[in-house]
Amino acid sequence: MKILVCLKQVPGKDAPVRIEANQRAIRDDVPYEINEPDLFALEAALRLKEAQVQGGSEPAGEPQSEIVALTVGPARASQALREALAKGADRAIHVEGAEAPQLDAYAVAEAITRAIAGESYDLILTGLQADDDGFGQTGVIVAELLGAPHATIIMEIVPVAGRARIRAKRELEGGRFQWVEMPTPAVLAIQSGIGKLRYATLMGIKQAKNKPLRQTTLEELGVRPSLNRQVIERLYVPAKRQGGELLTGTAAEQAAQLAARIRREIPR
Amino acid sequence: MILVVAETHASGEVNPASLEAIAAAQQLGTGAVCAALLGGDASAVAALTACPIERLYHGQHPSLATYSPDVWVQALVQIYEQAQPTLVLLAHTYQARDFAPQLATRLGGALISDVTGVKSPAIFIRPMYQGKLAAEVSFRPDIPGVVTVQIGAFNRASLRRDGAPAPVTMVNVTPDAPRIEAGEIFTEAKQAIDLSHAPVIVAVGRGIKDPKNLDMARQLAAAMGAELAASRPICDSGWLPMDRQVGSSGQTVAPKLYLAVGISGAIQHLVGMRGSRTVVAINKDPDAPIFEIADYGVVGDLFEVVPALIAALQASPGAPPD
Ligand SMILES: Cc1cc2nc3c(=O)[nH]c(=O)nc-3n(C[C@H](O)[C@H](O)[C@H](O)COP(=O)(O)OP(=O)(O)OC[C@H]3O[C@@H](n4cnc5c(N)ncnc54)[C@H](O)[C@@H]3O)c2cc1C
Repeated sequence: MKILVCLKQVPGKDAPVRIEANQRAIRDDVPYEINEPDLFALEAALRLKEAQVQGGSEPAGEPQSEIVALTVGPARASQALREALAKGADRAIHVEGAEAPQLDAYAVAEAITRAIAGESYDLILTGLQADDDGFGQTGVIVAELLGAPHATIIMEIVPVAGRARIRAKRELEGGRFQWVEMPTPAVLAIQSGIGKLRYATLMGIKQAKNKPLRQTTLEELGVRPSLNRQVIERLYVPAKRQGGELLTGTAAEQAAQLAARIRREIPR
Repeated sequence: MILVVAETHASGEVNPASLEAIAAAQQLGTGAVCAALLGGDASAVAALTACPIERLYHGQHPSLATYSPDVWVQALVQIYEQAQPTLVLLAHTYQARDFAPQLATRLGGALISDVTGVKSPAIFIRPMYQGKLAAEVSFRPDIPGVVTVQIGAFNRASLRRDGAPAPVTMVNVTPDAPRIEAGEIFTEAKQAIDLSHAPVIVAVGRGIKDPKNLDMARQLAAAMGAELAASRPICDSGWLPMDRQVGSSGQTVAPKLYLAVGISGAIQHLVGMRGSRTVVAINKDPDAPIFEIADYGVVGDLFEVVPALIAALQASPGAPPD
């Protein structure tokens, strides 16, 4: 089974978000990390490959299972691909461009589909949304551009009939689930929590250095921010809604005040 | 005209979030609002035609009995072509997440997702960077626009219709056979704990750092006579079972007191607990969104505050009952 995993680098969880003077982007002098749901997408792909290799369900005469990690991002994003290779992806594609952070979900989906033109994947995995833009659209648009079926908020993946079909467990609201089944090639948007994330091993990090990393650029693919179908006019820090009472002092003083309030709310 | 696509629950009932979407369309103030319903029974039709809408487009086809993104998109494109709206609007539900980007792309347009407000009829406000920032977003001119609105962001209380129900236009849609086969909807068997009636809840989030620190949270819960609950990452990591998760994909709770410890207050968590009578938050980040809905807040390190709070609760005799 040939699996493409789409990853995005986003500002680290504790990174400060400061707005650029033009009010349309954030300052990029922050630490970056792989978007969390995308890490789970990679994990899902690694598990699928391991299951197929171990289970001997690689159909005879078929090409070996292969995991390809792809990112659309500026030069710094190659770090995300190195990490994916170190964790076990077989090769990587970097669609590089300084303008990548300005692209909307549609333009990113165009970049992804153009970058893989001529290749055929059985499965394309993305995280269900990025912690920065929060569009939650890229995977679904990739499916639409490829004419492939898709499912979102996926918690489990099971290949059916070799690699001809795929079963996926969709999360629904309120702790409910549903299995869906579709022919491959298919696109699945992965929810966080699909399985415990692995760390890269030292061996993996060493091997990653020799794995192929293909570079292409937004320019070569003809993708520019002018393809965007939605425009960020202005970014701002939202006015805080009036919260309640903040308890101040040392931890012990805060705790004493809080204990008194709690006792008032829920008398013993 | 704005076309609001309504969603029904498996029970047949119209999702209240769809009524909020109608309220959002009204608030845009750009004229007529119509609704679209795919499949659905007479009670859903009645609920929608009792809203202040101009017309209900009711899509009919046997395959509309179960949701599938392919079928939904094809049916809605047909209704779109017949109704010719200037904007399509729907609630940002899991179902909308699944098909709205496909619908927008199929129409040659774009989706502005998770909208929480409108600045003008052409400029929508949506959160970015996990709610740390807000963005004003517009569509590129002359393309079809689709908008999803965040659940709870628009008030449906003002929706009132005088007089007769809105007229219904039946649309016989002709989608292809679905490529995606959908199975039964189910819950995991071991849903052992029902938090929905718990009077007091202590909920822990990623700030707790390590599963061994859960003991401290358990002690706090014991001192308060509370049930222990958690945000999603805690359950994802297997530190607490899934049935202790509060939020859009977990349980919805409404205790007298909800104490959030090391929880940032993401929207998917808030939807599960904002019905609580009193919300208390302990978080080291003064900008954490949880403080916006907290009645009492402590900005501080939970590893200092929680032990002190346990000690204070154990020492305090309790307020005299009144
Ligand atoms: C489709 C979908 C469904 C989802 N469903 C749910 C759901 O049902 N329930 C849910 O909870 N989430 C859900 N989420 C995830 C949600 O978006 C958030 O990622 C999640 O709620 C974050 O959990 P958290 O607040 O524990 O972690 P974080 O956001 O990482 O917050 C941790 C907090 O701890 C604080 N902290 C850290 N250290 C300390 C310390 N020493 N002392 C005090 N404070 C500290 C930090 O300041 C921070 O605010 C869903 C997401 C999606 C996309």
